[in-house]
Amino acid sequence: MSLDLLVSHYNYWVVIFLMMVGFYILISRGNLIKKIVGLNVFQTSVFMLYISMSKVSAGTPPILVDPYGEADVLFSNPLPHVLILTAIVVGIATTSVGLALAVRIKEAYGTIEEDEINAIEARTEATG
Amino acid sequence: MSAHLPVLQVVVPLLAAPFCLFLRRGRAAWGLAVLASLASWVIALALLRRVLAEGVLSYAIGDWVPPIGIEYRVDVVNAWVLLIVSTIGAAVSLYAGTSVEREVEAPRIPLFYAAYLLCLSGLLGITITGDVFNVFVFLEISSLSAYALIALGQARRALTSAFRYLIMGSVGATFIVIGIGLLYVMTGTLNMADLAQLLPGVWDSNTVKVAYGFLAVGFCLKLALFPLHLWLPNAYTYAPSAVTAFMASTATKVAVYMLLRFFLSIFGAPFSFGVMALDRVLLPLALVAIVSMSLVAVFQVNAKRLLAYSSVAQIGYMILGLSFATATGLTATVLHLFNHALMKGALFMALGCVMYRVGSVHINAMAGLGRRMPWTMGAFVVGGLSLVGVPLTVGFVSKWYLILAALERGWWPVAVLVLLASLLALVYVWRVVEVAYFREFPGEEETREAPWTLLGPTWALVALNLYFGIDAARTADIARRAAEVLMAGIGS
Amino acid sequence: MREEVIVRVGAKVLAPFIITFGLYVHFHGDYSPGGGFQAGVILAAAIALLALVYGLDAVQRVVTPRFVRACAALGVIIFAGVGVVTMILGHNYLGYNALAHDPKHGQHYGILGVELGVLVTVFGVMVSVFYLFAGRRGRTQ
Repeated sequence: MSLDLLVSHYNYWVVIFLMMVGFYILISRGNLIKKIVGLNVFQTSVFMLYISMSKVSAGTPPILVDPYGEADVLFSNPLPHVLILTAIVVGIATTSVGLALAVRIKEAYGTIEEDEINAIEARTEATG
Repeated sequence: MSAHLPVLQVVVPLLAAPFCLFLRRGRAAWGLAVLASLASWVIALALLRRVLAEGVLSYAIGDWVPPIGIEYRVDVVNAWVLLIVSTIGAAVSLYAGTSVEREVEAPRIPLFYAAYLLCLSGLLGITITGDVFNVFVFLEISSLSAYALIALGQARRALTSAFRYLIMGSVGATFIVIGIGLLYVMTGTLNMADLAQLLPGVWDSNTVKVAYGFLAVGFCLKLALFPLHLWLPNAYTYAPSAVTAFMASTATKVAVYMLLRFFLSIFGAPFSFGVMALDRVLLPLALVAIVSMSLVAVFQVNAKRLLAYSSVAQIGYMILGLSFATATGLTATVLHLFNHALMKGALFMALGCVMYRVGSVHINAMAGLGRRMPWTMGAFVVGGLSLVGVPLTVGFVSKWYLILAALERGWWPVAVLVLLASLLALVYVWRVVEVAYFREFPGEEETREAPWTLLGPTWALVALNLYFGIDAARTADIARRAAEVLMAGIGS
Repeated sequence: MREEVIVRVGAKVLAPFIITFGLYVHFHGDYSPGGGFQAGVILAAAIALLALVYGLDAVQRVVTPRFVRACAALGVIIFAGVGVVTMILGHNYLGYNALAHDPKHGQHYGILGVELGVLVTVFGVMVSVFYLFAGRRGRTQ
């Protein structure tokens, strides 16, 4: 693998790094809040993937300079930006649902550590 | 108005959902939910009729012509899945009125129906859309409302199972977005038909293969294919009864539909089976799912969890049909989507009736119910027979086509395995039946039959189980046409 | 924070400007960066700022939890309603050209209408989420 490949595709390396970090947190941490943070980092890597791939070199942001777009300007591809706006909204919704569940789990179990919850569940399973 | 049917299919439940929030009384919200579900059922029937008569329907959202705008595209395959989802949606909404009043706190009931309608419109949206990113948006609409619905269960374990489903479901959905993004990089389009035309030109690229891998893992998480099924048993066990009946018969079916749509219609059968060897990857997973999950189901003590594991095994049957890579195998898959929805809907609804009267679905709590609740347990027995695959039920029709497909490929060990797994199904269904019919009712107090508002929808599904088990010509014909459409790819 | 004069006065001065800015972002969202989502979040941020400084109860007397929940539902109705209106006017769902004789104006009105729905929903949902988390009084067992 040449250095050239490493440098010219640096955005993908950032994406892969973030993705793996997020995924690792998601799998390795037992704390429910940390799991949600991991999920967020994981999703952010996808936002990066979409946004960086739609960048056109030397292109302006995809904002129309004149109202009906008659001027001849080179701009970045706006479609992935819009898609990712949707995905960000979805991410916020997922996060708030996840946090709401975490709050209610805390109220019901008194803890948000997965191993403690599992222990409580195993105990209640055994007794009743 | 009939030109707008494809979009109305999604808009009717979507628009009814916020109105539910304005209704303070649970009964009023229920009425609205029933109206919207029945309306979308009628629309789905009309769509299927039109598609069978006229061929593919296309609807351009916002007058933007595809492939630029979002297209709703209805062919035999998704008209069929729309009918499955909306049939179950209508039955469950009728059923929910009484069941939910018992299992969900009164102030939350309007919220329940809002989430239920959102989930329904999300599932219908995934099915009807012809735009791959739109699939993701609807997928998240249905999933987020599903997490909320599951968390409404009575036991506190409903919360932890909803959380686990949220984590695994979001990872699955994110994998799907990554796949879609990579496809967009390679082709510059999000329209399914357009993608199907452009993809063969870039088959060789590793990006497309990586996209395929991400999509495969994402879909398999969503459809709970063994070994990615870990979220399913708890989610089904602790959700309110009506939610379990709805999710078990629709959510995984729609995920299987997504898999078929992406891998056969968009990528095309030659790429999936020829280049990516999808059949050889899925076959062992499907077989392991069928056998191991049936075995696990045999040892469950909670009837709902027993059926949940049985669902994972049944998903194995659907994937098995796909992994034959033949038209007959796909016919079996598409048929089983419908048939399994009918049988699991009926079974989980029968358990909901037990929950309503007894307050538990533990197998031991069902002792003697065969005498006390004859109609409920009758529905369970017929649903169970269908699950086993006894002739005159829909389960038999599915198994028949599966074995036909196995023999067509000359894979007789697979056919034998399917038959053996049916015996396992007999064992776990028998465990419930034995307790219900051959043990004395322990309690002194009067346990009566469930109210007809619960039994009506349950027996409606049971009747469909029998009707389409006896007269399978029409369902099999539609399934065969759907399989041909899938094998041919979307472009043709 | 309730005793800090600078914070209290600062929040009071800033809040109307934040709300105005939110509306600016909304109404210029069709031809320049912005739109209903960003605007809704900005409006919700104004409410959150006031709640942090003046206390949740004071703010909830003005912007009641029932009101924000109604907003969350109303926005969806506005969004889908615009689509239904265009359908009744004989175009496809969300075919904005139906809304005026000149397609350019039609698109303009359509986008503003739909984005208004987004604004109302996002505002409602964001404030509800804030209320729900901020209003929890640590009921652990």
